[in-house]
Amino acid sequence: MTYITKPTVHHPSLKKNALGLTRRDYEGAITTLCAGCGHDSITAAIIHAFWEMDIAPHKVAKLSGIGCSSKTPAYFLREAHGFNSVHGRMPAVATGANAANGDLIMIGVSGDGDSLSIGLGQLCHAIRRNVNMLYVLENNGVYGLTKGQFSASADPGTTSKKGEANTMEAIDGALLALTLGATFVARSFSGDKDQLVPIIQAGIAHRGFAFVDVISPCVTFNDHEGSTKSYAYTREHAVEVVHADFVPLREPIETTYAEGTVQRVTLHDGSVVKLRKVDKDYDATNRDAAYAAIRDHQRKGEVMTGLLYLSPDSKDVHDQNETVAGSLVSLPHDQLCPGNDALQKLQQQFR
Amino acid sequence: MSRTDTSDPNYYHKVVDCQWACPAHTNVPEYIRMIAQGRFDDAYILNRESNVFPGILGRTCDRPCEPACRRGRVDGKPVAICRLKRVAADHKDDITDRIPKAPAKKNGKKVALIGAGPSALTVANDLMPLGYQCTIFEKGPRPGGLMRINIPAFRLPEPVLDEEIGYIVNMGVEMKYDAPVTSLKSLVTTNEYDAVFVGSGAPKGKELDLPGRHDTDQIFIGIEWLESIHFGHIHEVGKRVLIIGVGNTAMDCCRSAKRLGATDVKVISRKTRKYFKASPWELEDAEEEQVEILENLSPVRFIIEGGTLTGMEFDKFTSQEVDGKLVQEPAGRITLPCDSVVLAIGQENAFPWIERDMGLEFDTKWDMPVVDKTTFMSTRPGVFFGGDAAFGPANIIWAVEHGHQAAISIDLFCHGQALSERPKATMALTSTKMGLHEWSYSNDYDPVQRQKMKHVNLPERFSKMTVEVEEGFTAEQTKHEVERCLNCDVQTHFTDSLCIECDACIDICPVDCLTIAPAAASESAQRQHLMAPAENLDQPLFESGPLKQTGRLMVKDENVCLHCGLCAERCPTYAWDMRKFVLELPYAGTAFIPLEAVGR
Ligand SMILES: Cc1cc2nc3c(=O)[nH]c(=O)nc-3n(C[C@H](O)[C@H](O)[C@H](O)COP(=O)(O)OP(=O)(O)OC[C@H]3O[C@@H](n4cnc5c(N)ncnc54)[C@H](O)[C@@H]3O)c2cc1C
Ligand SMILES: Cc1ncc(C[n+]2csc(CCOP(=O)(O)OP(=O)(O)O)c2C)c(N)n1
Ligand code: SF4
Ligand code: SF4
Ligand code: SF4
Ligand SMILES: [Mg+2]
Repeated sequence: MTYITKPTVHHPSLKKNALGLTRRDYEGAITTLCAGCGHDSITAAIIHAFWEMDIAPHKVAKLSGIGCSSKTPAYFLREAHGFNSVHGRMPAVATGANAANGDLIMIGVSGDGDSLSIGLGQLCHAIRRNVNMLYVLENNGVYGLTKGQFSASADPGTTSKKGEANTMEAIDGALLALTLGATFVARSFSGDKDQLVPIIQAGIAHRGFAFVDVISPCVTFNDHEGSTKSYAYTREHAVEVVHADFVPLREPIETTYAEGTVQRVTLHDGSVVKLRKVDKDYDATNRDAAYAAIRDHQRKGEVMTGLLYLSPDSKDVHDQNETVAGSLVSLPHDQLCPGNDALQKLQQQFR
Repeated sequence: MSRTDTSDPNYYHKVVDCQWACPAHTNVPEYIRMIAQGRFDDAYILNRESNVFPGILGRTCDRPCEPACRRGRVDGKPVAICRLKRVAADHKDDITDRIPKAPAKKNGKKVALIGAGPSALTVANDLMPLGYQCTIFEKGPRPGGLMRINIPAFRLPEPVLDEEIGYIVNMGVEMKYDAPVTSLKSLVTTNEYDAVFVGSGAPKGKELDLPGRHDTDQIFIGIEWLESIHFGHIHEVGKRVLIIGVGNTAMDCCRSAKRLGATDVKVISRKTRKYFKASPWELEDAEEEQVEILENLSPVRFIIEGGTLTGMEFDKFTSQEVDGKLVQEPAGRITLPCDSVVLAIGQENAFPWIERDMGLEFDTKWDMPVVDKTTFMSTRPGVFFGGDAAFGPANIIWAVEHGHQAAISIDLFCHGQALSERPKATMALTSTKMGLHEWSYSNDYDPVQRQKMKHVNLPERFSKMTVEVEEGFTAEQTKHEVERCLNCDVQTHFTDSLCIECDACIDICPVDCLTIAPAAASESAQRQHLMAPAENLDQPLFESGPLKQTGRLMVKDENVCLHCGLCAERCPTYAWDMRKFVLELPYAGTAFIPLEAVGR
């Protein structure tokens, strides 16, 4: 617990975005997480990303489950809508919210326990349906909130703080998402905001399910030697294969990269993601190649990061079902509730 | 770039903007905390150690600390440092027991001091407790110098002066009043004194020799006029008064005129407001008393009709700022009617009583004694200068600091030690951590605005010369004002080897002071590649050594740090700690070496 709240004064040069808001206006309550928790840095990256994209906080819905990670929506965008669901059930709530109001920009924040243990089934189906949301999995390899038990993302051989080794196989969120047909898959690190912020922005602009696995060290229970999710381990083993630069619609695209090193993907809303390839043979629009590359790096003991896969022709849940993509509340009453005659007609079709 | 050396006391001292700006380096944040805790006696004594006259300065100080105060850069208005000093002085109990005493056994050294102004009184204050026998020769009947005879009682009441000067005189200083020194040479050559300190001030007001100047008795020289008012030689002035000049003396003159019954008082300035020498708060106070301040006028002549002063003629100007410079063009003439004129255009030094053949060099340009800026010794060994006498008119706090430095020199000199081997300032750093989220200082940022000093109403203050205008802060105002202090002496202290680069401090800092960045080629390049550009070049940049995990540096721009301690609270490894910095200043006796040890 931090006892004083973060003072509202800010640096005299703090910039305002197109809405006249500063980055500080996108903050939430002061964090109650452990000092040094990776999740707090992700919160800071989210704040920065939304601010820079000029998104009005009240147009955003924040959803989460249970865990230290799932507490973090309280710490950003205090004016946004929010729903804190039961453990592992956030994807269902998100799907429902998106069905009712497709105008809301949705961000889900979850943990490796919330998403890969208790909520694994929920996550799988949200990916399959391609619910239009940014899904941030704050991955620390443990159940932080319940004092550091291994989670499903803990690598075999990882030792706990007390020295016991994990014997089970790990579930890799990125691989899982690729096999389930995810249209946007990224991996990043809480300690690398240069990489993380544009990924979050691209994920927000992406129409469909944007899955971002962020290695986010738990300083209290999983930052020791023997952990594969510590600050030091991640820094030593992370290998960035593509760096995403997010170019919002209103900015001109400048060409400063050597041919062949940059891949451009135009998103549904017209904004562009420029993928600066560190590995020039890497194709971020090829699902199988992405899968193979992740496996390849895993075998070498490396953590592959960057915007790993992006489907240029993603169809979200509304596109697929031809449902009303906007918000139900904004529909005129006679369309929202067309009356008994229309109901009779509909039923007639199924007779 | 090499790691910032925070073991050099100057680094953290500079972060304490007010203390750094104060000529006597008063430990401001510490005394403000003491006031916050109701420890007025402690706050007073702490002040007294460095500035000697807290009650006087709490009312009259030029307060260079306030424009420097970090709070001013954060919310526009500095902490009312000066008026809080007065709070300590006004609310303390009897602190006589805590004033240093002169030992019964003297050290056998005698010092003569010329003038009983703040500089000489400070020298006596520092030397008496060491066993020196000090004799002050004062031209006038009472001690205090310009503080008594020039600063009007409505700004500085006599009892305050008497009390604080008393603390020094009562140590057993031999006071010789009505005793002007008329020959320095004979005082020095008696060999009665081991050292002589000249603290005689800059006693001469500047003349304005224009036609008509000497054809009336209604034209006065500002500092002489104030002195005459003080001694009761002057009780009245014409109804319409012109004050020429717009420095702090002019402000005292125009306000005094109001109290002597003038109804129409105008202060005349050659330049525009931006260039006024008077402090902004003195201008405000004068304007509150319905004094008019006129710009762009230059005196031409006094108009005397039948032996009576009836007005003054001025050249008018138009003014324009061109490339940050004032460009003035003549714009005709104007006559202002008046009954009296007070000239307040500056002060000069005058040393008719110092013989030029006594081995004490004067510079040819300004006819000022040549005085060493560090040791305050003249070219005649054993003769020291301080206060306005040393380098021309300044203010009380500078006179005090000169006094401290001269006392150190005199002590070294009397012990046969080199004046250049001065004792150095040292520092102490102590953690303020009390618990997981508890600090031994009030680390929360209070957005409260600067408190406005209440003033006595106009009719009452004009009724008598001695009605003090400022009422002092109320308990309520004090409570708010102390919380505005950012505790800049509680330093963000960084231990490179502990940092795991988790970014927690960077993310929490409300004012974007911190960045973990790759080392840049130069400090100026580094300043541009931070969370917020570090554009205030007067403020230092802290740079750590290479951090363990990535080799990047922790960089801190000190400029607007709130000293809120959140970086240290969010740091999992205590790489950041909030440590209280105490500057141990040297005074006479700090490096005291017993006489035996130097073989005397
Ligand atoms: C009108 C006015 C208002 C001011 N207001 C402020 C203010 O608000 N705040 C501030 O900080 N400063 C103010 N000052 C400046 C401040 O008063 C001086 O800078 C300060 O007093 C200088 O101290 P000092 O020790 O040099 O000696 P002084 O105060 O100048 O005292 C010198 C003493 O030496 C005596 N003396 C001179 N010659 C001889 C001699 N030959 N033998 C024996 N004695 C001698 C004089 O009688 C006098 O008592 C003001 C000055 C003036 C003129
Ligand atoms: C239904 C249910 N089962 C178990 C729990 C206990 N529980 C709370 S948080 C948590 C794990 C959270 O782990 P993760 O999602 O990785 O979050 P972290 O704290 O590591 O960020 C568990 C098992 C619960 N709150 N509800
Ligand atoms: S227990 Fe771990 S995950 Fe939870 S707040 Fe603390 S450091 Fe973060
Ligand atoms: S004390 Fe730390 S967190 Fe607070 S303003 Fe200063 S650097 Fe920032
Ligand atoms: S919070 Fe502490 S460990 Fe983390 S980056 Fe800041 S100084 Fe380093
Ligand atoms: Mg977890």
